[in-house]
This record gives sequence, structure tokens and C-alpha cells, in this order.
Amino acid sequence: MGQIHLKQVTKRFGEVEVISPLDLEIEDGEFVVFVGPSGCGKSTLLRLIAGLEDVSGGHIMIDGQDATEVPPAKRGLAMVFQSYALYPHMSVRKNIAFPLRMAGLDQAEQNRRVEDAAKVLNLTDYLDRRPGQLSGGQRQRVAIGRAIVREPAAFLFDEPLSNLDAALRVGMRLEISELHKRLSTTMIYVTHDQVEAMTMADKIVVLQAGVIEQVGSPLELYRKPRNTFVAGFIGSPTMNLLEGAEAAKHGAATIGIRPEHITISTEVGDWEGTVGVSEHLGSDTFFHINCPAFEKPLTVRASGELSLKYGAKVMLTPDLQHLHRFDAQGLRIE
Amino acid sequence: MATQHSQSAARIMMAPAVILLLGWMLVPLTMTLYFSFKKYLPLRGGDLGWVGFENYTRFVSSSSFWPAVATTLIIVGGVLVITIFLGVLLALLLDQPMWGQGVVRILVIAPFFVMPTVSGLVWKNMFMDPTNGFLAYMWRAFGAEPVQWLSQASMPSLIMIVSWQWLPFATLILLTAIQSLDSEQIEAAEMDGASWFSRFRFIILPHLSRAITVVLLIQTIFLLSIFAEIFVTTAGSFGTKTLTYLIFQRVLESQNVGLGSAGGVYAIILANIVAAFLIRIVGKNLDA
Amino acid sequence: MARAITTQRKTINTLFAWAVGLIIFFPILWIFVLSFKSEGDAIKAPFEVLTSAWTLDSYATVQDRSDYFKHFWNSVTIAVGSTLLGILVAVPAAWSMAFVPSKRTRGILMWMLSTKMLPAVGVLYPIYIGFIKLGLLDTRIGLVIVLMLINLPIIVWMLYTYFKEIPGEILEAARMDGAGLREEVMYVLTPMAVPGIASTLLLNVILAWNEAFWTLNLTAAKAAPLTAFIASYSSPEGLFYAKLSAASVMAIAPILIMGWFSQKQLVRGLTFGAVK
Repeated sequence: MGQIHLKQVTKRFGEVEVISPLDLEIEDGEFVVFVGPSGCGKSTLLRLIAGLEDVSGGHIMIDGQDATEVPPAKRGLAMVFQSYALYPHMSVRKNIAFPLRMAGLDQAEQNRRVEDAAKVLNLTDYLDRRPGQLSGGQRQRVAIGRAIVREPAAFLFDEPLSNLDAALRVGMRLEISELHKRLSTTMIYVTHDQVEAMTMADKIVVLQAGVIEQVGSPLELYRKPRNTFVAGFIGSPTMNLLEGAEAAKHGAATIGIRPEHITISTEVGDWEGTVGVSEHLGSDTFFHINCPAFEKPLTVRASGELSLKYGAKVMLTPDLQHLHRFDAQGLRIE
Repeated sequence: MATQHSQSAARIMMAPAVILLLGWMLVPLTMTLYFSFKKYLPLRGGDLGWVGFENYTRFVSSSSFWPAVATTLIIVGGVLVITIFLGVLLALLLDQPMWGQGVVRILVIAPFFVMPTVSGLVWKNMFMDPTNGFLAYMWRAFGAEPVQWLSQASMPSLIMIVSWQWLPFATLILLTAIQSLDSEQIEAAEMDGASWFSRFRFIILPHLSRAITVVLLIQTIFLLSIFAEIFVTTAGSFGTKTLTYLIFQRVLESQNVGLGSAGGVYAIILANIVAAFLIRIVGKNLDA
Repeated sequence: MARAITTQRKTINTLFAWAVGLIIFFPILWIFVLSFKSEGDAIKAPFEVLTSAWTLDSYATVQDRSDYFKHFWNSVTIAVGSTLLGILVAVPAAWSMAFVPSKRTRGILMWMLSTKMLPAVGVLYPIYIGFIKLGLLDTRIGLVIVLMLINLPIIVWMLYTYFKEIPGEILEAARMDGAGLREEVMYVLTPMAVPGIASTLLLNVILAWNEAFWTLNLTAAKAAPLTAFIASYSSPEGLFYAKLSAASVMAIAPILIMGWFSQKQLVRGLTFGAVK
């Protein structure tokens, strides 16, 4: 079981309110990602759930029990830290067994569970090494192993992939997703990388300045961002957010259009512009188009076949069905 | 983590160290200040009453004061110049690729671990003795008249002994600093066409400036109070009486405690001026 | 710099560096040689010294005449005693400053550092008279206390920088893993802090062993450690080079060996972490 409900949870450091009163329901077995720019309070929120920080107000319910005053170890949660936080003086085996040893399990049971976890994580050959002798990805797996053996109600991940290089990160991302499918245990995952959020989450929680901007499935957030912040944060390349006369024409203060919802043509279209930098990814090409009508260049996605010269004149047409409209406060207009 | 409970526990854990050091600092300091305003001759009448600032003026106006200041400055300055100059060269040398680097390093830093009384006496007798010393034999081998090191060239001799002791310290710190220099910086400078000298002048030296300052300040503090080296070699004669040694003589040899204490207060003020600079540098590092 | 270098360059470097290293080391080497000579041979010209007979006599004489091992033992007691006592006081202080820092931590550290800068001669008389009044003059316990106090700032600083390097996340991980305060200290903190405590111990034994202001001024015959004992050779009678050499070799050898093990810590300890 791993159902976590936050009720009016608040955190203040002195005078500064880093988490404004906040409600959130995380259901058993869900993969929830907290995402937001650095300093938005996502790690603090995770640490509040873990019990590593005391809440300034509100309640944390784990499986229906009030866990607000329960010490971290008693909450039945396991955490994987950004720096992995492996014990450098212990072998991999001892690292993974540590929570079991603390729980007072007998040696045979400890061994059995460590071996099982090692098998799952491909660490069997490394059990007698020290963390210092492992690569970044292996250390990451040891940290996960230490979390798995406890059979926790939920896993907490604090930016676990940020210390890995790009290729490894993609691999570990898959491994963690697979682990989730296999264990179907609740996972709460903190990241600043919206790609990680989109690819892994059942439910994304977008945070900014200690406030939840939107909660929803990746596609909900992608299709119906509640405000300009979420619109700009989710999706890569980011949504084109346009202001001024063109927005007013659609009865909004800001309009948003994703790069894939603009058609590019050399002959006809609504907006005129010149081609700036083009980024060829093979399957797609992203063009940055400078339009006199807008302050910032627009990003447009086109087929990988299309090739346009720097400075060429082009015409753009937005797909009005996929146009997002926002009011002066940045809120979505339906 | 920083709960109310742990804060008060922390205060209790810190208390013994703080109280001990506070006592160590305040009690003797207050007593020194107290004595410095008294005429106090333990062997000749004891406490002869308050004299105001007389000890302070007498200490400064005594005939041995200015020579002692000069001696102190020459020793400190001489040793600093020698150890930092040679220290930089040695550190650069030891940073070069070579065979047996570890062993050379050990040879170079060894003098630092020799206790001051041993190095003072060994230099005085086995090396600088005008009849049986190693240097005397060397001089004679080249047909020269052996030098009466500690009497005729007392200051250079003393500076040499103390420099020998402190050169390892400077070298070791500067070497550590050089090794922390990012080799890509040097390579970038090479790509930019900088000569060996320019690389030293514009990349290495600025990188070392902090370490040099630290060496300078720490050595100054230790050198201002060197004692044993003088005690076992010249015992303050032949113009080697430093401020520290002068105060020592006033207090323990001639037992003029009031006068010596006034001198002690001067020494404390002097050391504090240097210390203030050092503490600022260390403090800056603490923030980083 | 991982790059190819000509063998010729490397040979020149090596020769040059070894020459300089040997010159600097020479005085130590020389007393080592002299300590194995007879007094008569020790004052001969350098070349004749080398070719003369080797003997262990001086080591025996030093012990017989001056009860060398009493002073050696004094040094051990004073250096080790003051360091252990200092660490006992400093560990909790450094610990709490590193793991429960408050607004005052920085100020306290700076102030501790400043007490280290207090010139000894400035407080010589009060300590001297205090020692007489308390009956501590020429006692080992007196020196243990004084040397503990003068090295306490360095001990606190070194331990603080070592503790500071233990990442807070590891302690949190232990807490998440179910370790209570006792287990946290026993299984995680202490094993991680041991190397730091060991090097602090090593460096401070060295510093206390070589301390030569208070040891010279506060001891006479009874509690004199090696620093003070060796100083008695400054007004010797008769030939004494070989004996002085033997006494010196025995006085510096243990510390030289310890020193070589603590090169890295030396930089850190003596610069208060300002140079790493």
C-alpha cells in the first residue's frame, strides 16, 4: 500500500514560505513526478513527505494514518538521493543490507533479499566492491537496491539521474519505469527535466514558487495547460507564446501554439517571416522563424525532408484547433 | 534537521572547548595587563605598586628595544623572502615529471619535522662551528678562512637555520596549490602562444597568490615568536635578540615582570595585526 | 598533465630535483652518520668521518649518562596525552559546529583561530607563576594541559573541516534506512570520521612533540621532554658531537616517520583549510 495524501501542507524557513498551503492526493501504485524550475520547492516537498523536514502546518497522511509526526524511518518510505548517499566505507552488499540490518532482520533473510535485489539490478558481480569502485550508473543502482529491499510503501526519488551523463540517463529512466511496472509500488520522483516527467509519470505535479500550478497526466498537461507557466514548461521545444495584436484577434492576452501545430510554406499563410537557424534532427527539422509581427522568433516543426536556406522568406499558418488562449492573468480561456 | 532540541545539544557539546579556550585566553591576558601597570620585581621586593604607563614607556625607550625590533623584522623578513622565493622554485621543480618524485618530496619536507632545539644545535655545532663544523672543513678545503658563523655573521646564520626549517612548509603548501591548478588552463595558455615565462607570470603566479599570502601570514605569526632556535644558539647575544627573546629575558631572567608584561602587550598587539589579515583570508575561504 | 615528455627532460628534472632534495636533507643525513661514530672521529674532516669505524657506542652512552629514555617517555606522554585530551574536547565541539551550524558557528571558529595567534611570550609570566602556585611547574600533567590548550584550535579546525566533508545526505539516508541516533553514530558517522580523526591525531602529536617554548620554560629535570633535554647540549662539556647526534636521531626519527605519513594533512591543518 502506498497512498499519500497531503492536506494543507505548509513549509516556512523563518519568514520565507517555501511551500504555500498545498493539497495533493497520490494514489497507491501511481508514478508521480514533481517538476518545476530550481527553487520551486519540489525537493522540499519530497523531504516533507520523507520526514526529513518538519512541516510548518498541515498534515501528511500515509495509507490513511496521520504520519505528520512520525520519524522518517517509521513512515515505511524509501528514498534515493541525488548524490546516491551510499555509505563509502561499506561494500555494496552491506549498503543494500543496511536498512534490513537496522530493522533487525536475521542474516539469512538479509542475504536472500540482497541477492534478489542484486539480481534485479544486475549488481550480483559487484556485491563485494566498495561504492568508490563503481561507475555512476552502478552507484545509482545500488542506491535503488537499498531502497527496494525494504519493500517500502512508496519510493521517493530526488533528482536521481542528474549526476549521470546523457546516454546513461536515458537507460536509467527506462530501468526505473520498468521497475515501477514490475513492483507497482507508489513512486514519487522529483526532477527539473520535463522530458523525464513526460516520459515516466502517470501523474505530473508542476510546481512554481511553492505553489502547485497544475496536476494531471502528461498528455492532459500537454494538451490543456492551465496557464502560461505550464504551457511554457511542458513540451520540447517549448510552446510559442505570442502577445499583442495577433493575440487580441483571438480574444486573449496571450496565445500559445506548439511548434508542430504550425504549417510552413513558401507561398501562402497567415504570418510572414524569414528563416533563422534550423535544427535538423533527421526525423524532424525545427526552424526558428523571425516574424515582424512578433517580438520573439517562432519555433516551427517540419518534416525532416524540408530544407530551407537561412534568410529565406516563408509563410506560417497556425492550426487554430490547437491554439491555446490565455487571459491577462495567464490563465487558460476555454 | 536543525530542531530546537539539537541546537541546545550542540551548545552543550561545544561548551568544554569554548570555556577552556576562553579561560586560556582571558585569565593570563588579564594578568599580563594587570602586571604591566605595576612595578613588580618578584626577587627584589615583589609588588611595588601601580606605576601607570611607566612600564610601557620604559620598555620602548630602553636601549635594547629598537635593536630588538630591527632584529625581529630582519629575521622575519629575511626568512619570508628566502622561503617564499625558494619555495616557489622548489614547488615548480617538484611539480615536474621525474623519477622518484615521492622520495624527493620526503627529503625536502623532512626539516620541518626536526624539533627546533635539535636543528638549532645541529647547525650551531656540526655545521657552523668554526673549527670542527662541516662548513669550516668545506671552507678550508677551498683554502678559505672558516667563518665564525654565529658570532661574526650571526644574523645571516640564524636566518639560514630558520629558513631551513620553514622552507619545507612553504614548498609543501605552494606545491599543493600548484597541483590544484587546472592543467587545461596551462594548455589553453600554450595554445594562446604564451611562453614558459608568460605562463608562469600570468597563470601560475596569480593562481599561487592566495597560497603565498597564506604562507606569508602563517609564517609571520610563527616567526614572530621563534624562541628555541635563538635560545640554544646565541642566547640572544651578537645582536640576535628579538622582541620575543627580549621579553623572555625581562620576565624570567631579570624577573622584571612589570616591564616584561608591558612588552608582552606590545607583542600581542603586533601579532593581532598580522592575525587579523590571516583570519580575513581564512574566513573568506569558509564561505566559499 | 598527461602528455608525453622526452626522457632527456625527465632525466634532467630528476637529477636536479634529487640534488636539491639531498642538499636540503643533508643535515639530517649527516647527524645520522655522526651518531654511529666515536666522539673522536665525529669531529674529523667530513671525508675522514665517512671512512672511520662505525659504532653504536653513542646510543648506549646517551642512555647511560643522561637517562635518555626518561625524557623520551616524557615526550611521548606529553605529546600523546595532550593530543588525546584535545581530541576528546574537540570532537563534540567540531561535531556540533559541522552538523548543527548556527549563526554563531563561524564567529566561534574565527575566535578559536585567533587564540592560536596569541604570542606565548605575552602570557609567559602569568602561566609561569600560575604553574608555581598550582604545583604544576616541571610536571608532565602541566605540559599536557598547556600543549592541549595551544593546539586545541588546530584540532577543532581540522576536525571541523573533516566532518564538514561528510555529506548530510548520507546521514539522512541512514535516518531513512531506520537508523536511530545511536546507530547513525556507530555505523555511519564514526567509520566515516575515523580517517579524519586519525590524521588530526597524527599532526598534533607532531606539533606537540616539537613544541619548544613552553617545554623549555616550564620544565626542569623531572618532566623535561626531548626538546628541553636536547637544549641541555647547548652548554656541554668535552666532545659531544656523536652523543648529540645520537640523541637527536632518536628524538626526530619517530616524528620524521609520522610526518611523512601526514604530508597532506599537514597542509590542511596548518593553513586551517585555506589551501587544499
